[in-house]
Amino acid sequence: MEDLKVKEKFNWPVTILLILGLFTVLFPLYMTVIIAFKQPSEMTNDIIGLLSFPKSWSFENFAEAMRVTDFWRSLFNSFLITAVTMVISIIIHSLMGYAVARNMNTSKFYRFSYFYVVSGMFVPFAILMMPLVKQTAQLHIDNVFGVIVLYVVFYMPMNVLLYAGYLKNIPIALEEAAHVDGASTWTTYWKIIFPLMWPMHATVAVLTALGTWNDVMTPLVIMSGSGVNTLPLAQLNFQTQFGTNYNLAFASYLLALLPMLIFYLVAQKQIINGVTNGAVK
Amino acid sequence: MKSQNERRRTFLCISIPILLLFFGFNTLPLIKGFIYSFTNFRGYGSYDWVGWRNYVDLFTDSRVGNSYWFTFKLAIVATILINVVSLIMALALNAKIKFKSFFRGVYFIPNILGALVVGYIFSYIFTYILPAITHAASMLADRNWAWVAIVIVCAWQSVAMSTLIYISGLQTVPEDVYEAASLDGATGWKLFRHITFPLIMPFVTINTVLCMKNSLMVFDQIMALTKGGPAQSTESISFLIYNNGMNGGQFGFQSANAVIFFIVIVVISVLQLKFLNKREEQL
Repeated sequence: MEDLKVKEKFNWPVTILLILGLFTVLFPLYMTVIIAFKQPSEMTNDIIGLLSFPKSWSFENFAEAMRVTDFWRSLFNSFLITAVTMVISIIIHSLMGYAVARNMNTSKFYRFSYFYVVSGMFVPFAILMMPLVKQTAQLHIDNVFGVIVLYVVFYMPMNVLLYAGYLKNIPIALEEAAHVDGASTWTTYWKIIFPLMWPMHATVAVLTALGTWNDVMTPLVIMSGSGVNTLPLAQLNFQTQFGTNYNLAFASYLLALLPMLIFYLVAQKQIINGVTNGAVK
Repeated sequence: MKSQNERRRTFLCISIPILLLFFGFNTLPLIKGFIYSFTNFRGYGSYDWVGWRNYVDLFTDSRVGNSYWFTFKLAIVATILINVVSLIMALALNAKIKFKSFFRGVYFIPNILGALVVGYIFSYIFTYILPAITHAASMLADRNWAWVAIVIVCAWQSVAMSTLIYISGLQTVPEDVYEAASLDGATGWKLFRHITFPLIMPFVTINTVLCMKNSLMVFDQIMALTKGGPAQSTESISFLIYNNGMNGGQFGFQSANAVIFFIVIVVISVLQLKFLNKREEQL
């Protein structure tokens, strides 16, 4: 009887430690919000001056930051790149995963293709970077389109691995039944297999979106000098314009973080599930 | 038979264009990088073949040497720190605590934020907030301490991810294993050391490999916090390749550096998987 009681009790010491630990996560965010709302004149050198509430909660800094960093256009580019990459990745990578998973056991060609694509995971961007800059410039795709193409290629190893793994658990009998009814392989895929893979599509969508949204290096090297920015790239490129006006800078940082924070608030469960699936599989 | 052919044709129509795309933007640049590494290409203009000279020079170049030293120091310290902290976090978040889903939600936030902006925010903390408390100079301006600041920022973000993986590891341990062990008198540290830890060993492998790989490729944090300084003490390999290869006229030389870096990453990943898999089997 006593045992049961113990089990229903909450572990309060650990709960309290976790509450204290929240400080490490929330302090940088708190500081960002506070500084973003302040005026430069409120920024004294002592710790209280830096971290106290602003005198008034005005959105002036944000309006100015939006103007300086061309916020809406950067946001649009980030959104465009992420959304298109996500959709193309789901379509192409799942198809490739399907072709590989269904033929790996019988065909050397597909077994080779699988290991060929998946081993791409070990290739660091640093070695591709310089040749890719030349290559995209020669092909005249040193722009948003080129960045999307590169992302689709970079995420292919991981996503094909995930899709192929998932398809092993989908019985082939389903397709064979459809075949007997006279449906082509192509139709069978879209009508039967693709809808069955929704849990994996969600995982792929989350992993691809998180990676592309926050990436700096690819757009930095591919689109440099074109004046086209993504949200993180704008922070890098306008860093000098903020100068010592940290209030303006932090308003801009907060704006850059906000879309992802809102998305996380809305789709927290899907994001956490997606990330866990991707890492553990 | 006709349907067999149709099936084969469809699969080829799917896979060949995709493989070509992959070849064109992954394998082809890899080969090109390899070829450039034997030239003295500056990124523009004409160039000559220099044979193995870039590779020979790499081993005597102190700046390259420093970047490897810094990157490995960072990767090893960060990997250990992240794994220890996130294992403790996972144990805490998996305990019978109140507000469980709230805690899990909040502690994951650092992982979804962009590393560059996080770097800028921490740069301010290191430059203004910490010195205001400690009355010491900024860590970022001290060549002996700047790397520690980068470890902290990397850890702040990565702990969230590793914790999540450890939590899903802890959830694979069946409840009755604990019950059986506590009947045998195992509690606390003993229980963890002999029961929990061996059972989640596969997740230690995942986390170690992931952390190591991510920290070896560190770039955004360097861009935001130090730009390689002070006195080139925090130049990661990726940063050096980007900085000198793209803007410093060392396209060929840094290509050689990138080839070595690529080999290093492959060797480390394979070794880690082999070594840690062996431990799993033994346990």
